[in-house]
Amino acid sequence: MRAQFVLSEIGVGLRRNLTMTIAVVVSVALSLALAGASLLVRDQVNSMKDYWYDKVEVSIYFCIKADHNSPQCASGAATDDQVAQVKADLDKMAPLVQSSTYESSQEAYKHFKESNPDNPLLAAVGPDAMPQSWRVKLSDPTKFDVIQSAFAGKPGVKSVDDQRKILENLFGLLRGLQTAAFVIMVLMLFVALLLIVNTVRVSAFSRRRETGIMRLVGASNFYVQMPFIAEAAFAALLGSVLASGLLIGGHFFVHGWLAKKVGFITFIGLSSVLAVIPLLVVVGMGMAAIAAFFTLRKYLKV
Amino acid sequence: MIRFDNVSKTYPKQNRPALDNVSLEIEKGEFVFLVGSSGSGKSTFLRLCLREERPSTGAVHVLGKDLGKLSNWKVPHMRRQLGTVFQDFRLLPNKTVGQNVAFALEVIGKPKSAINKVVPEVLDLVGLGGKEGRMPGELSGGEQQRVAIARAFVNRPMLLIADEPTGNLDPQNSVGIMKLLDRINRTGTTVLMATHDQAIVDQMRKRVIELDKGLLVRDQARGVYGYQS
Repeated sequence: MRAQFVLSEIGVGLRRNLTMTIAVVVSVALSLALAGASLLVRDQVNSMKDYWYDKVEVSIYFCIKADHNSPQCASGAATDDQVAQVKADLDKMAPLVQSSTYESSQEAYKHFKESNPDNPLLAAVGPDAMPQSWRVKLSDPTKFDVIQSAFAGKPGVKSVDDQRKILENLFGLLRGLQTAAFVIMVLMLFVALLLIVNTVRVSAFSRRRETGIMRLVGASNFYVQMPFIAEAAFAALLGSVLASGLLIGGHFFVHGWLAKKVGFITFIGLSSVLAVIPLLVVVGMGMAAIAAFFTLRKYLKV
Repeated sequence: MIRFDNVSKTYPKQNRPALDNVSLEIEKGEFVFLVGSSGSGKSTFLRLCLREERPSTGAVHVLGKDLGKLSNWKVPHMRRQLGTVFQDFRLLPNKTVGQNVAFALEVIGKPKSAINKVVPEVLDLVGLGGKEGRMPGELSGGEQQRVAIARAFVNRPMLLIADEPTGNLDPQNSVGIMKLLDRINRTGTTVLMATHDQAIVDQMRKRVIELDKGLLVRDQARGVYGYQS
């Protein structure tokens, strides 16, 4: 197969079919960009899980004076003995309990003030409105249930909270986005496939004279089909380059704008984006070539 | 070169066979006219030789191969060993004369150096020397058919199949084309030509095979056209 001959045939084919080619390029680009986005959101969720599950803690809150109405705090504010008893029990639960730190009412009030400086409640409440707590770090963050059942209902303990629940909501949202991207990608991919099939069909029709002569003089099927397959693959290559551009653009958008707005999330780096791109190129070109091949089987007889 | 053994061909959804139990043999180096009115089965006969169709029953041998048993992927190779010429020339209008002939070699993977050498040779042979750069549209019908013959003959096939090659030409150009085909025949290439052209058949006095409603009705050495169409 002579490269120059094939390349010139591809050029002629793509130009003859310019509008269809553009449609193929755009739809392939969109579907691949969505596929890449879906993969990247998965990476993002995984990296956030790694990062945050490392940071999340289980908080054991103690009763304060104002809690005397709730059944588990009927005896009023927790005593220092009760606080110390919980600490002793926690220490017995190693290695699941990696470490535990104490936060006093004063510290809790200070933290609240720092993170909510304009809150009107601040004027009304003092440090004694904030519960003291043990912040517990688990070696396996998924084993919250063990701590929950061990300390809920202990004297002086008001509640056992798992911070992971807050994160689960966020992860749930991201997973939802990922699924949405995937569904749209499947639809776009379907549109892209239909467009490729149609483009190849039109191309086969407009080149019927050439292919007729090729068959006549005994060109092998490979030679007859190659220009069409290469055409589709080349259009898909353009599409995947465009998709890569969209993803890289998206990356800089996220890092330049979203990262400033949402400071508490560490976004995945450019290297993850670049790692996805070869996959998109291969999948895009392969898909287009296969679609073209099967279309030709129908429209180009030996 | 070509052997038909009790060949019948019935197209789908048709009652009458297009070719009905035809047996014949064409030897190497022969020049054979295939005559008959429209619908007599001439085209089917040629299509069977080119393996564009397979026989319904019977066996077609071309160049020593049983085409009914030839697998699809071997068909291109078999077609490289024969040349075909049609009434409508089938040239590519956007390629020059030289490119049209070269195209047939490019698509079977011949190296550029070989193409550059044989294309002018074959154009000389058909009497179009120096016209490589012309577009088909600038040529007369007779010249276009010469380009088509050059393309068919550029691989020096053992068999040349021509389907009414003079059908679109005036008598003078037709004679020129027949002289060319005769010369190709004298190089040892078998020529099978379907035609309606009474004058040519009567003049050449070659073997004549006549089909009528799919039946072989006449096979005559040094024959004439023989019927009024």
